[in-house]
Amino acid sequence: MSGILVAVIGIVVFALGYRYYSKFVAEKIFRLDPNYVTPAHQYKDGVDFVPTNKFVLWGHHFTSVAGAAPILGPAIAVYWGWLPAFLWVILGTVFAAGVHDFGTLVLSIRNKGQSVGTLAHRLIGQRAKILFLFIILILVLMVNAVFAWVISNLFISYPASVVPVFIQIPLAIWIGYAVYKRNIKMLLPSVIALAVMYLVAVLSSNIGWMQIDLVQWMGGEGSTGIFGLGAVSSAFFIWIIILMVYVYIASTLPVWKLLQPRDFINSHQLVVGLGILYVGLIFTNPEMTAPVTNANADTSWLPLLFITIACGAISGFHGLVSSGTSSKQLDKETDARFVGYAGAVGEGILALVSIIAVATFFTSTADFSAVYHSFASANASGLGVFVEGAAVLAGGLGIPTDVAVTIVSIIVVSFAATTLDTSVRLMRYIIAELGTEYKLPALTKTHVATSIAVLSSAALVLLPEGPKGFGSGGYQLWPLFGTANQLLAAISLMLIAVWLKRLGRNYAVVIIPMIFVMVMTLYAMFQQVLFEWSWNGTEPNTLLFVLGSIIFVFAIWIIITAFSVLRGSADQNLDN
Amino acid sequence: MLEQIKKLIQYYEEVISLPHRQEIARELRHEDDIFLLLLYSEMIGIPNPVYYYTLELYPYMLEKFHDWHLRMGMEKSPLSGIRCC
Repeated sequence: MSGILVAVIGIVVFALGYRYYSKFVAEKIFRLDPNYVTPAHQYKDGVDFVPTNKFVLWGHHFTSVAGAAPILGPAIAVYWGWLPAFLWVILGTVFAAGVHDFGTLVLSIRNKGQSVGTLAHRLIGQRAKILFLFIILILVLMVNAVFAWVISNLFISYPASVVPVFIQIPLAIWIGYAVYKRNIKMLLPSVIALAVMYLVAVLSSNIGWMQIDLVQWMGGEGSTGIFGLGAVSSAFFIWIIILMVYVYIASTLPVWKLLQPRDFINSHQLVVGLGILYVGLIFTNPEMTAPVTNANADTSWLPLLFITIACGAISGFHGLVSSGTSSKQLDKETDARFVGYAGAVGEGILALVSIIAVATFFTSTADFSAVYHSFASANASGLGVFVEGAAVLAGGLGIPTDVAVTIVSIIVVSFAATTLDTSVRLMRYIIAELGTEYKLPALTKTHVATSIAVLSSAALVLLPEGPKGFGSGGYQLWPLFGTANQLLAAISLMLIAVWLKRLGRNYAVVIIPMIFVMVMTLYAMFQQVLFEWSWNGTEPNTLLFVLGSIIFVFAIWIIITAFSVLRGSADQNLDN
Repeated sequence: MLEQIKKLIQYYEEVISLPHRQEIARELRHEDDIFLLLLYSEMIGIPNPVYYYTLELYPYMLEKFHDWHLRMGMEKSPLSGIRCC
């Protein structure tokens, strides 16, 4: 089947979902009112509450939610064949992610622009606040560990991407200085920075000494590196330590110095990346060479598919962006449909092209089976296949493959690094908040909280043993990241259901996706914890066992809370 | 065509400027908050040699004062001299 056809079918379904389903939800369920005074007008302060044009807000919302996760999840999930991943991405986006992102936005607008965390506190009480903080804590811990591993893995696999990625740091600091201190418009400096990065990428792809290949420097894969570890393990260890030092510094700097300017460059990269891939797809017109479904899979797609692809099908993180920033800037209530629902569709489009890039890369089914021979192998190699597959698509625009590989890996690393920076920062805030909650003032200190965040993330990513030794097992954390993300989405959907119940509306549109993701999370964690990670399992692992068990207990807690809240009268605590 | 490209660039610039504008506004508000605190410092026990003059600004500040004490995490006006809510 042609890759273009798959893309067209996906985009048509997204368009129909937006045109009909989101309209149905907006008119019949949420009953959006164009005359409702949104928080942006009611509390207008020129800082957080600012009425913003819906297209501008959509652009900002989309660039905030799209990152490395909707690329990585689908790239792994192609393991079960491209069709299951494709179906979950399009149906998940239309019926789950769209409603979730749109719903959290509307719920927040109807409640003074408050975030889902605050609303959970108001509806369910203090224990919900703590539950919420712990789930976000687990989520950001996973994000830190997973993305630190992803970046290290890409640095080892594509050494030409190291220099351009590190050049982004001084360039971002320069943009921050130019924009905030010299008052220069940001478009030009950030485009210059991007051009410099890609120019360096071209050079480093062609000049050997510009490639920082730690494994080769230590004598190749079979050699011994530092502390008696193998060369690959040593390379992982070194990169992870460097990254942890970097995020420590980056997350304690003011946002305008590094994080925001990096985001400007990343916005360009998102546009460039999506453009290259979709236009490249048209020019190359590749066939889907991966199997439609994989009959030889060693792990069942049910339930793992639904947690492997979280971002791109439904992701709780979006609710934080919807209710945290976008809801305070919405001009009219009816704009919520475009910003929230079409924002989720934007991410679905990114996930879709990730599936196509991976599924069109192989020359034969045997070639596919060689890489995707087991779920563990899919987890470890999925992203690499995406990078190579995307480079082939970029080849359609005349970009040489080696340069394209470097550029695609730079894009993925940049997304992952910014996510890492943000989530370490977020983790620091949560640790400080828990410190205040439990009267441990030491935890509220910036450097104490950051040290705990960085050290626990480093421990989590370094401890699992992988096939390439110490530090290479970080990919095993991916299913845990998916489940933590789904838990957060389930809480948000539950809050929307409570609000709809209060208004006497049909809340099936939110409760069905909520039950679906919760059942899949419970099922997956039950299976993984008991049959794989426990002492009786196939791959005993105490760390994953403990984390998986915590997520399992939290999921049960959320379901019980949901039922008691929906049956009780907590909805009286809402504003509208 | 050229006009449309210009519009597109303008739109794109606006999208990426959104968080930047917010950051600057936040920084300015932060400075304003400190300034306000200095003006009313006498009322919370910090001596202010130009108190009489700053007090003249009182009517201009009153509207902003309510938002300020809410931002500072105080539900009600902390100063008995200013009864805003």
